Amino acid sequence: MTDAAIETATRPKLAVWKFASCDGCQLSLLNCEDELLSIAEAVHIAYFPEATRAVVEGPYELSLVEGSITTPEDVRRIHEIRAQSGTLVTIGACATAGGIQALRNWADVEEYRSIVYAHPEYLSTLDTSTPIASHVDVDYELRGCPVDKGQLVEVLAAFLGGRKPRIPTYSVCVECKLKGNVCVPIASGQPCLGPVTQAGCGALCPSYGRGCYGCFGPQDSANTDSLTRQLTELGMNSDDIVRVYRTFNAGAPEFSAASEAVAVASSTVPAGGES
Amino acid sequence: MDDIRILTPTDLGTLIVELRTSGFRVMGPTRRGDAIVTAQIRSVSDLPQGVGDTQEPAEYRLHDRDDGAYFGFAAPAQSTKPVFFPAEEVVWRGRRDHERGGHFTVERDTVDAAPIALLGVRSCDLRAVQIHDQVLSARHFRDAHYTARRDGTVVIAVACSHPAATCFCASLGTGPRPAAIDPQTGQPSYDLLLTEVIDDAGHRFVAEIGTDAGRELADAVEAAKGTETDRAKAIEITDAAAARQTRAIDRDNVHGVLKASAESTRWEDVASRCLACTNCTMVCPTCFCTTVSDVSDLAGESAERHRVWDSCFSADFSYIHGGPTRESTTARYRQWITHKLSSWQDQFGMLGCVGCGRCIAWCPAGIDITEEAAALGRMSVLGSPASAAMT
Ligand code: SF4
Ligand code: SF4
Ligand code: SF4
Ligand code: SF4
Repeated sequence: MTDAAIETATRPKLAVWKFASCDGCQLSLLNCEDELLSIAEAVHIAYFPEATRAVVEGPYELSLVEGSITTPEDVRRIHEIRAQSGTLVTIGACATAGGIQALRNWADVEEYRSIVYAHPEYLSTLDTSTPIASHVDVDYELRGCPVDKGQLVEVLAAFLGGRKPRIPTYSVCVECKLKGNVCVPIASGQPCLGPVTQAGCGALCPSYGRGCYGCFGPQDSANTDSLTRQLTELGMNSDDIVRVYRTFNAGAPEFSAASEAVAVASSTVPAGGES
Repeated sequence: MDDIRILTPTDLGTLIVELRTSGFRVMGPTRRGDAIVTAQIRSVSDLPQGVGDTQEPAEYRLHDRDDGAYFGFAAPAQSTKPVFFPAEEVVWRGRRDHERGGHFTVERDTVDAAPIALLGVRSCDLRAVQIHDQVLSARHFRDAHYTARRDGTVVIAVACSHPAATCFCASLGTGPRPAAIDPQTGQPSYDLLLTEVIDDAGHRFVAEIGTDAGRELADAVEAAKGTETDRAKAIEITDAAAARQTRAIDRDNVHGVLKASAESTRWEDVASRCLACTNCTMVCPTCFCTTVSDVSDLAGESAERHRVWDSCFSADFSYIHGGPTRESTTARYRQWITHKLSSWQDQFGMLGCVGCGRCIAWCPAGIDITEEAAALGRMSVLGSPASAAMT
């Protein structure tokens, strides 16, 4: 082997996999302009169809998995990937919570199928969209829709350094206040999911005067009952509250339970009451 | 320092110019979007003239005032805390030194900034600075950056005329008129204290002189002489402001109430409302907890240690081997209020709350520290869970 080939062989092999998703999280990796060269020097990018057609066979020291499990084929493939991977990290709301497509978990997939497709019989799909961790062991889950590139680099640095990633699990409010933002629901009455949502985005939306949409899923101590009361006080009706809990992280257990609690409570309201 | 001076609004502008020419970075209230914040003041036009506020639990709104007051509002969204104690700062930077066998060389970050002039700081926030001085600068190990930033601060305080519904400084003896002397150090609390007066006689600021530096500033802007009548007018304004406050904490008993409340059933009640979001601690002018966060590049060539505000409301805050010691929000809220209103006293000789009301206004769940303290008080006196249900 040449020196360069030996050097390549000693670097950990990285693979990036995709399931049901929009590719946005993988693109976050490509968006790491400043760090991309260092990443390419630190790991051997062995499988990353979004970036290169070259394919290096497994096993892989590190697999990054984007997307949720929505077909029987997905179920088979994720087990194969798990078997070929040393460390498996899921990236993004789809992979960690089922993504926006987890809305199907509350719907009748048969009905969609017959309405949307001319030949539904060609379709092989599951009734649910589920996170990777519902199917195989996952070593680390990186949240976000999409993931934050700084956090992604931190996860890679932690993997290379053999340490735990430093990813806070507290609320978006922490980042919001550290930045010196003025709190949106308090000062302008707009609803904000920040208090129940995990930090990671740098409080992006509140920094622009908008409430948080919950892209990073539930924080480690989410009290959705209390936030639901607050959203109601800010004038949201039950349908809208159900909707804000059911976006990219609809399938995250805390958000899913919160939306169901609101839906159940509103369906028991007598006709003519709250819509 | 007994003399009284009178500043016109024009003099106020000159004062800002004077401070800036003397090399001070002037920090004071300014309007940013939907709130009044503490930020750099470059001229009198940066002050929120003609802006008032209303503050309620989980609600803060600005409105226009028709009297042109410069300081016609209560506690701004954030206090002066970040001025001396920023939310995030670098403590040291490390570099791998290949000429020295790959060892790390470490450089401490030093603070080299202009001295600060606090303009328009309120009594509650000024008291909070004094508390931070005790916590961060007066103990065996000083906080080097804080102490450097505090060096040479000039204080031009403003006595409050328009407390918000969330203010309760009067009950704690921390406002609305600041004490002339810092009770811990015996040093003057302010260089100048302004009380804004708008009446038939015009728009003016009654200035009380706290130090020689304050007198020099008043001289520099050629502020007119005032009389005892002016001082009486100023005191009348703050007395009225104190009388308008509707919230209170029972200063004499709260320390004991919290001590007796460790097992109160109230904690479950408040935890059912608390979002564990940390907002109360982030806006509190006295909360000083931080964590350190180390960052390194991918190649492991350079590293930085950052100090970042932290909060007893986050699970990670009490994380030790095996898990957090305060797993539940019940335990976290109890920790917070007990520290503010009781154990702070044991630790530092004063309460850790100055009554600014920010934790009430900026809590998305509208949790009210005065209401929680009062409920705990009632429950510890009556002592039965049944009475708890009635609070
Ligand atoms: S704007 Fe939202 S995220 Fe920011 S502090 Fe307020 S509630 Fe929290
Ligand atoms: S505890 Fe609340 S009222 Fe007291 S100083 Fe802190 S923020 Fe202000
Ligand atoms: S707590 Fe007192 S000193 Fe502080 S803003 Fe309110 S009235 Fe002014
Ligand atoms: S008391 Fe209010 S501001 Fe503080 S953590 Fe609880 S919900 Fe958040």
